[in-house]
Amino acid sequence: MFSVHRVMGSETEFGISQPDNPHANPMRDSARVIDAYAGPRGLKSSQSFWDFATESPLADARGFLMNVADADISQLTHLPQESVEAQYLANVVTENGARYYVDHAHPEYSSPEVLTPRDLVTYDRAGDLVALASVRALASSSEPVNLYKNNTDSKGSSYGAHENYLVDRGVDFDRLVTGLIPFFVTRQILCGAGRVGIGREGEAKGYQISSRADFFEAEVGLETTLRRPIVNTRDEPHADPAKYRRLHVILGDATLAEPATFVRFGSTSLVLGLIEAGLAPELELADPLQSLWDVSHDLTLGAKLPLADGSSRTALEIQEIYWAACAEHAGGDADTSEVLAEWRRFLDGLATEPRSLADSIDWVAKWVLLDGYRQREGIDWDHPKLALIDVQYHDVRPEKGLFHRLEKAGRIRRMTTDAEVDRAVVTPPEGTRAYLRSLAVTRFSDSLVAASWDSLVLDAGEYGTVRLPMSEPLKGNRELLAEKLADVHTGEELLRALGVTRLEPNRDDEV
Amino acid sequence: MSSNEQIHKDHSAGGGEPPAEPPTAVSAQISTENVDSILDEIDSVLESNAEEFVRNFVQKGGQ
Repeated sequence: MFSVHRVMGSETEFGISQPDNPHANPMRDSARVIDAYAGPRGLKSSQSFWDFATESPLADARGFLMNVADADISQLTHLPQESVEAQYLANVVTENGARYYVDHAHPEYSSPEVLTPRDLVTYDRAGDLVALASVRALASSSEPVNLYKNNTDSKGSSYGAHENYLVDRGVDFDRLVTGLIPFFVTRQILCGAGRVGIGREGEAKGYQISSRADFFEAEVGLETTLRRPIVNTRDEPHADPAKYRRLHVILGDATLAEPATFVRFGSTSLVLGLIEAGLAPELELADPLQSLWDVSHDLTLGAKLPLADGSSRTALEIQEIYWAACAEHAGGDADTSEVLAEWRRFLDGLATEPRSLADSIDWVAKWVLLDGYRQREGIDWDHPKLALIDVQYHDVRPEKGLFHRLEKAGRIRRMTTDAEVDRAVVTPPEGTRAYLRSLAVTRFSDSLVAASWDSLVLDAGEYGTVRLPMSEPLKGNRELLAEKLADVHTGEELLRALGVTRLEPNRDDEV
Repeated sequence: MSSNEQIHKDHSAGGGEPPAEPPTAVSAQISTENVDSILDEIDSVLESNAEEFVRNFVQKGGQ
């Protein structure tokens, strides 16, 4: 019996532009975006603040390491210091335990670790408010910057909205791959963000379901910036590598509609539960990449995808198989039931009248909007107005972003309240080590030298600098620590309260 | 996974999570007005020069 509960997190790379200066340096502007948020809040922002000691972006889940010299520089999460671009690598841990930093040429918000799809929705959305706060802070500067929660400029560039799921290390990686590919290829009908134009540069006119599909070129692989694979093999668990892997999903679109985010993460967590339990459906697509593109380009949802056994299925039929397996084998707790019910509602709506889901799924909401506009104006899909609407749907500003206008007008369902999201911007989620990371940057800021997903580096007074590993994502949470740390205020006191009795650098005590 | 037990415990003790509302409660709020009113509203917030805006929206690739 498995449930939807799992340690997970979202990453959003925001599109960035200076409205009146198309030649602005996006790395510099991304750093300005991060600093504009960090400065007024007293958050430390610098490259050296992130503890890179445990990062291993070139470790491959299939069991080998890529040589740094062979890697494209865009594959390195930590650029060499001698690179002139290194000066722009701003890095911040925000009050809620998230990471807000410059990733390549985009500002990125990586949510704190959460345990439920509802919390995921809340903390993903908190990131949109963080981005909005940056835009507001720079609005009065001489070089204002706008941010877009989208995935492409339709001129050949794409940037990600990644998902992370903690998975049992005992599960063979090949089983994850075979169990996930048919699900991932078809999942876009539930949570695609939609896109004007077909092809990487929008060469052909039209509208498609996924904003990312055209940028994928491999089934399985390590890369995230080139030759993007449906299943990414980056083996960087940010946790005890003997017990866990972190499945790094790079295929998805950035979702704004909360029900779509909810189903995107909830259904994926359930399917991972199926695979961990050895209950994944026996399904193999004959050509996963071609099917990925075909599903994205088929607004009728009728395309038959060839299977390896010679038969064929539609995307909806494949999703039905996964849903039925999850419904049969998953537990009956409230969170799991809610995900199954929403996933069911999406499948029923898509099977009968897809446009009925304009209140829940971004690709449908944007499609209905664009198509209505197109018909009213009598214009074709290659008209710049439609390309503009496609981008402006994702503007993080509530007065300019068309998603936000639709939601505010009651046309898109909402699961959170403004108050809940406001609180999530400054408060860590329950149940994970994000609590301790949040505490470190709020209460122990003076003693904090560096931080990362799975470590804190503290100035422990006369004992020097101490690196505190946090390799158990479920420890360091509020329940375990709030009372114990109520009267603790310095780095040294913190270490003692956590049971570190013999202080020396680089020890392996667990929190 | 082996951590499920821990997660359940956190939930019962934490009490931080709001009770899940049934989806029907939300659907009652969904407006069923014609899409035209929203198109009029959108016209008023669209960036003024679509062609220039789209031409200038150039991103570097990311992950």
